[in-house]
Amino acid sequence: MLDFVQQLVSGIALGCVYGLIALGFVLVYKATEVVNFAQGDLMMLGGFFAFTFIGMMGLNYWLGFAGAVAAMALFGMLAERVVVRPILGYPQFSIIMATIGLGYFLRSIAGMIWGTDDLKIETPFSQGVLRIGALVLAYDKLSVIAATIILCALLYLFFNKTTLGTAMRASSENMLAAYYMGIPVKRVVSIVWAISAAVATCAGVLLAPITFIHSNVGLVLGLKAFPAAVLGGFGSIPGAVVGGVLIGVIESMAGFYLPEGWKDAAPYIVLLAVLLLKPEGLFGLHVRKKV
Amino acid sequence: MRFLFKTDYEDDIKLFPHSGYYVSYGILIALLLAAPYVLSSYLMSQLVFVCIYATVGVALLILTGFTGQASLGHAAFLAIGAYTAAYLQKYNVPFPVYFLAAGALTGLIGAMVGFPALRLTGIYLVIATISFALIVEEILARWESVTNGNEGMRVKTLSLLGVAVPRDSPAFYFLCLAVLVLTIVGTLNLLRSPTGRAFVAIRDSETAARSMGVNVALYKVKSFAISAAITGFAGVLFAHKLSFISPEMFTLQLSIEFIIVILIGGTFSLHGAVLGAIFIVMIDPFLTYLKDDMPGIIAGVAATFGAGNERAASIQSSVAAFASLNGLKGAIYGIIIMLFVLFEPLGIYGRWLKIKLFFQLFPLYKRATFKRQKIYVKSERNR
Repeated sequence: MLDFVQQLVSGIALGCVYGLIALGFVLVYKATEVVNFAQGDLMMLGGFFAFTFIGMMGLNYWLGFAGAVAAMALFGMLAERVVVRPILGYPQFSIIMATIGLGYFLRSIAGMIWGTDDLKIETPFSQGVLRIGALVLAYDKLSVIAATIILCALLYLFFNKTTLGTAMRASSENMLAAYYMGIPVKRVVSIVWAISAAVATCAGVLLAPITFIHSNVGLVLGLKAFPAAVLGGFGSIPGAVVGGVLIGVIESMAGFYLPEGWKDAAPYIVLLAVLLLKPEGLFGLHVRKKV
Repeated sequence: MRFLFKTDYEDDIKLFPHSGYYVSYGILIALLLAAPYVLSSYLMSQLVFVCIYATVGVALLILTGFTGQASLGHAAFLAIGAYTAAYLQKYNVPFPVYFLAAGALTGLIGAMVGFPALRLTGIYLVIATISFALIVEEILARWESVTNGNEGMRVKTLSLLGVAVPRDSPAFYFLCLAVLVLTIVGTLNLLRSPTGRAFVAIRDSETAARSMGVNVALYKVKSFAISAAITGFAGVLFAHKLSFISPEMFTLQLSIEFIIVILIGGTFSLHGAVLGAIFIVMIDPFLTYLKDDMPGIIAGVAATFGAGNERAASIQSSVAAFASLNGLKGAIYGIIIMLFVLFEPLGIYGRWLKIKLFFQLFPLYKRATFKRQKIYVKSERNR
């Protein structure tokens, strides 16, 4: 029983990270129907930025965190401007390829700049553990869960209570109509990319104490975020987080109770099953096309 | 230049549009047949890889280029072909048998992947094929009684009708070339048959194809099966060429390389698959060249243009340092993909067509001929 709860909590913590990356996918997909295959690499880059600010320049953890988020938000805008905007509206396949190319590029550049060693960020939560009876919970895992909840709440408020959020929802519903209604769609898309990169950075920094930062971490975790996004229904923000948590829990349970090898395959088996049985996901909209 | 007037359907489905093709392809084939006696063994080995990659490229073209079903899981099909060959070879099955068996098994698995893919379009299909490939990778690593797990499998020398064909012999190259040529001719024939027309119809509009009486589900599964089977054949050759296979060779990276092959070559033409394969295979020799010779050449140029010896030496060392950065290949891949998607979505072959058209129309060429139209976002979400 104790093992189960322990696995559950670490699964949830890992799942929150998947959920945060999936959240980035979903934000961009919702607004522009672009699936950003470089999302995991944006996360990796965010982790490296944070490492540069905190580990190399010796800034305070929170200051470095904020700096990394700001820098990555700018970077997200830049990536959108350079890579995505010229091909927005072309078949999805070209956009997928462009973002795969972007991911390749970021991975290699990060490898060139920061080397291929595993890096580690010292965080305020690194050492402590919370003991509840016999249960031992590491602070870094709890911090991930807490941060995910806070981020989700912020995003929820942003999308539902602010003008910009409403504009984003409008342009995700129908880009052309939003444009006719006077919403600066291009700027909105830029901002969506900035937010998505910022969310990815949060994931990267929070993840740093759990798995180390290296240039391939984005690829590995980015691929795990797909099952999360699909499970939750591509395009649903709460779905992404719930899907991420479910995938994290499934993975950690499979790693604990099933023979070796199932841990890595389990998320994808779940993904294929979801795609076959309920392609719209748990929270996805099922809209029939009217002719 | 030559005007082609097509007056009936027979003209439209000819294998080669006009007789000039026989001459140019004849010369190309003659050059390729003479290659082993001219080129160095290293280049020959690269040429074999070009053949294998081009075969996979053609297979992927059938699926992605002509049926419009994106797949990022072709490394898995290649792996299944390679492992079938290696496994059957342990039991002394002759080459023709396991070659065909690998193709058949891969085709069957391809069809099995095709069935779930019927319900999926666009991004979902890409994700499903990625997860298929990742699951296969995991199975290869864990099913140790068959695949030997992460330790990998040795592949013995190919023996065809009792004659040994070592992996670096000209005979092996001819075998790969033959497979490639047969694949290309077969694909050309496929594309002018009703099946191929149905594939193209599905790519252009699924709804329209269905309303014309095309059995969309059947043809999608067919397309998957054919594409996978050809990839399986290529997998057998791949296994023999490497003479050792392990799960790490068949990663997502390889699937992406195959996509790059058709993306760079051009997703609508068989020429594109071959051009893309040449590109992908030649990146490694190019990087070696960049590492070994380029610094010296640049320093020499700098020296002739009046830079002092010390300055030339420092340029040489900095270029060498740049060329030996270990992520350079990935960065080049990334930049190339982005540039092609952004500026030349039709690939190298598309560029060639444009240049050709420029010369054909020479004084009358309009600059806006190939200008890309602004497309408004058509939602693929609700279809």
